[in-house]
Amino acid sequence: MIAVIDYNAGNLTSVCCAVRHLGLEPTVTQDPDEVRRADHVIFPGVGAAGASMETLRARGLDQGLHDARAAGKPILGICVGCQIIFTFSDENGGVDCLGLLPGTVERFRFPAGVHRKVPHMGWNEVRLDTQHPVLDGVPAQSQFYFVHSYHVRAEDPDCVIGTATYGEVDFTAIVARESLFAVQFHAEKSGPPGLRLLENFLRWSP
Amino acid sequence: MLSKRVIICLDVRDGKTTKGVKFQGNVDIGDPVEMAAEYYEQGVDELVFYDITASAEDRPIDIEMVRDVAARIFIPFSVGGGVRNLDDMRAVLLAGAEKVSVNSLAVRDPRIISEGARAFGNQCIVLGMDALKVEVSDTVPSGYEIVVKGGRERTGIDALDWAQRAEELGAGEICLNSIDADGTQDGYELTLTSMVSRAVDIPVIASGGAGKTTHLVDVLTKGEADAALVASMVHFGGYTVPGIKDDLAAAGVRIRPRPAA
Repeated sequence: MIAVIDYNAGNLTSVCCAVRHLGLEPTVTQDPDEVRRADHVIFPGVGAAGASMETLRARGLDQGLHDARAAGKPILGICVGCQIIFTFSDENGGVDCLGLLPGTVERFRFPAGVHRKVPHMGWNEVRLDTQHPVLDGVPAQSQFYFVHSYHVRAEDPDCVIGTATYGEVDFTAIVARESLFAVQFHAEKSGPPGLRLLENFLRWSP
Repeated sequence: MLSKRVIICLDVRDGKTTKGVKFQGNVDIGDPVEMAAEYYEQGVDELVFYDITASAEDRPIDIEMVRDVAARIFIPFSVGGGVRNLDDMRAVLLAGAEKVSVNSLAVRDPRIISEGARAFGNQCIVLGMDALKVEVSDTVPSGYEIVVKGGRERTGIDALDWAQRAEELGAGEICLNSIDADGTQDGYELTLTSMVSRAVDIPVIASGGAGKTTHLVDVLTKGEADAALVASMVHFGGYTVPGIKDDLAAAGVRIRPRPAA
């Protein structure tokens, strides 16, 4: 069973459409036990860290995710779902997050006098720094669709397997550790390379 | 580095894609879902759907169409025209659109921007602006005035002020249409576009006037736009997305190449 976690964090439809396009059926769920039972867990997200964490806790999904991770279930974090797996986010005045990986989430900052649009919105190339089964067959220099104002700063650089550059800032685009895989971009809206990544994830048994 | 986006606009009327000049004399040119799928295959970066009859006839957007599009293409798309309230926004987003755009409604009631941003996130809310070149005056110091109802009604609102206000209210992006350039295929309004793009920190999509690829090059460089909207050029102008992108790349504009299928 493929669990798509529903925590009121925006639009789950696109993730479900992409999973169905790959010939599989997603189960949208708010139930932590269903997350524990799932074969694959997709943790999507659009929105703010504060409200997201509140809803996750209220539904017991934070514990469900911790348990799924402890059990070695493959988990795919997307966008906000990639950010709040870390320890802490600066968003909304500071929010304690899930802490599945050590690190923080900070807003894009550019040197004084540089005018850059935030959110970082659009297609950007991801440098795939390390081989990973979920990246199998994803061409080097592929571009993916991003929409975010905050980005991850992982404490352990070894978990960062993909990076991208926006203006003067190099930022983390993909992290992976054991059965956990997370992308800052919207794989479900990134055309063929995004679908390939998603398909690899859904076939992955770490 | 972030690529400049090429976005195709599909005006939808009674379930068909249509295209007119300065909002008049529309002709039907195909099925919007099939056209969306074709442009997706060609490697377009994003799509915009405007339900032009919903707005005029005060009826809801065709949600079935939005669902059908979401099942076929795996790139972002926005839907506008005929958004009347938060419920309409929610319906469009739940059907699979990334973004929803508001135009006249936001002029009438700017709170829809802040309420939409709070409910769904800033990145979901696109402000569509139709700007008309006018005499510089005290009320319109930029020389560009916001118009509504397809350009038929002037509002007395300065385009630059409106863009900044919308950003403050929580819009995540601006789609800036020049009424003067729209449908002419003579090129985008570069002065207007760079003025607005410099004045805000959110992305600006330039719209109106695309007729050949040098127009896109100009608006994405001199015009400082983050994305360029095209319609006639690809619907019946003989241009393809890969052709446009090749020209942009040759001119030094960073684009997303068509991905291998």
